Amino acid sequence: MARPTPDTAADPSKGRHGPAAVAKTRSPARAAGLRTPSWVGWLFVAPALAFYVVFVLRPIVLTVQYSLYRWDGIGPSTWVGLANYGKVFTDPDLFDSILNAVKLILFFSVIPVLLGLAIASTIRRIATSRLALVARTVLFLPQVIPLVAAGIAWTWVLSSTGVVNQVLSHLGLGGVTRAWLGDFSTALPAVGVIGAWVLLGLCTLLLLAGMSRIDPALYEAARLDGAGSMREFLSITVPILRQEIGVCVTVTVIAALASFDIVYISTQGGPGNSTMVPGLEIYYLAFSERQVGMASALAVVLMVLVLICALPIQWLTKDKNS
Amino acid sequence: MIVGRREVWTGRLLLVLLMAVTVVPFISLFVTALHPSGSYPLGLDWPGDPHWDNFVKAFEAANMGELLKSSTLIVIGVVPISLLLATLAGFAIGHLRMAGRNVVFLTFVLGLTLPFEGIITPLYYQVRDLGLLNTRWAIILPLIGLFMPFSVFWMRAHFVNMPQELTESARMDGANLWQLFWRVHVPLAMPALSSLAILLFLWTWNQFLLAIVLVDDPLKRTMSGALGAFQGQWGTDIPLLSAGSLLILAPTLAIFLVFQRRFVTALLQGSLKG
Repeated sequence: MARPTPDTAADPSKGRHGPAAVAKTRSPARAAGLRTPSWVGWLFVAPALAFYVVFVLRPIVLTVQYSLYRWDGIGPSTWVGLANYGKVFTDPDLFDSILNAVKLILFFSVIPVLLGLAIASTIRRIATSRLALVARTVLFLPQVIPLVAAGIAWTWVLSSTGVVNQVLSHLGLGGVTRAWLGDFSTALPAVGVIGAWVLLGLCTLLLLAGMSRIDPALYEAARLDGAGSMREFLSITVPILRQEIGVCVTVTVIAALASFDIVYISTQGGPGNSTMVPGLEIYYLAFSERQVGMASALAVVLMVLVLICALPIQWLTKDKNS
Repeated sequence: MIVGRREVWTGRLLLVLLMAVTVVPFISLFVTALHPSGSYPLGLDWPGDPHWDNFVKAFEAANMGELLKSSTLIVIGVVPISLLLATLAGFAIGHLRMAGRNVVFLTFVLGLTLPFEGIITPLYYQVRDLGLLNTRWAIILPLIGLFMPFSVFWMRAHFVNMPQELTESARMDGANLWQLFWRVHVPLAMPALSSLAILLFLWTWNQFLLAIVLVDDPLKRTMSGALGAFQGQWGTDIPLLSAGSLLILAPTLAIFLVFQRRFVTALLQGSLKG
């Protein structure tokens, strides 16, 4: 697999130094840059920028604007300042949706990344076998199918007559069987399990691809020095995979905070409000309850929350050597 | 390499177990789809007499022909335009290096982590004001904009690594900028473009939120959005719902299996870059 260059690509701040360094070593670069006037470059960027401004930046600004008003989407709107934000953080129903999204991180991120690491380092040695090639395809299936389909399939697997309960009964655990998605105490973890299923394969394969970069001699040296497999894992695998781990964590945390499809299909936020997440709450507030201002305030909080989580992870796991 | 026999076998066992867990929901869906319509079958029990006709019923109930057409039209609307715009922009930012490129690039990068739910409300009113609600354009146009951050990011990463000497020598041979772009750089960008095309296809085909908010008629939605409507309508008839779900995910599955190597590479690279 051709490795991309995320170190220059993933970090926009480096772009500022990159071109200058290149120009210094390669003078033709400057010449080419000079020969094409700047406005031509802007002409190339303009169409993409236009779509982005109209369908992303303008809506972001509007979301912030809406969030400061009380508006039912039809009639006149009333300026309420930051009252909607106050409500987001004090109304238990709204705030619980944010808490639920944070709890989902455990299932969407922590479990897939830790389990993915464990699995990848176990199957590292057979990564080129035929079985592993088949596994590559199979493990990608959850990434390819619509999340909606995953939701429907799992709703059935977790239902009172589903596979999970069937297996539990066979194991003699008939006492714990239940409608996992319909029970107040298990609905959120059950939704989390669906997310973990979707993301585990991706994490495993990403980490495995990263491990194939590690020189086997490193492990041999560690073995000769008497290192156990735990030691190997902590001292060699994890530090080298820093970047891949960072990618996995970022992708999965965003998936948890911004989850919508799976919850919409499997529980619709219920039972009660026990699986309500911000994405779904925004949808209900804006399009069923006609509280556009409140929905927008929650949307702003969600967008900021995602940024707050994504940026430090990028910064922490950046490869300092390159 | 020192490989313990035990380690190899634990590895294999783990891999098989993991594959089993991945596949179980699909098998459950399949087995359930074969039960008599309207019944509540138990987990993984194979039915006495498999009702293959459920698939025919679901095909008709979901109006699969129309759905396929609709999703295809949406993909045709989104993917080529996105590729073109992103290539132009990526080329300018990554290779022409025009003044102000860093500001533009940073602006695009800011959109990378944006959850779609964040802007769905104003998007609804905007699309309504454009008079596009309930048309396929309501999904196509916003998606192009929403995919721009990633697409530009992706294409820039490609162009930034293209040697400037290439441009120099083409210029020496008298190529103008347009020829340089189309004859030299676009052909060389094909691997990056085809991976991006696969990702955009997948994300468009599976787009759910925009479809259910902006288009009421399931027949004008993406496959994913239509499946949502199908669940609403047939949610109580489990075997039929299972058959329908399988049919609706079959096209992506088929395309995935045909192009699996490209898919896997694209998805791995995609998440690494994103």
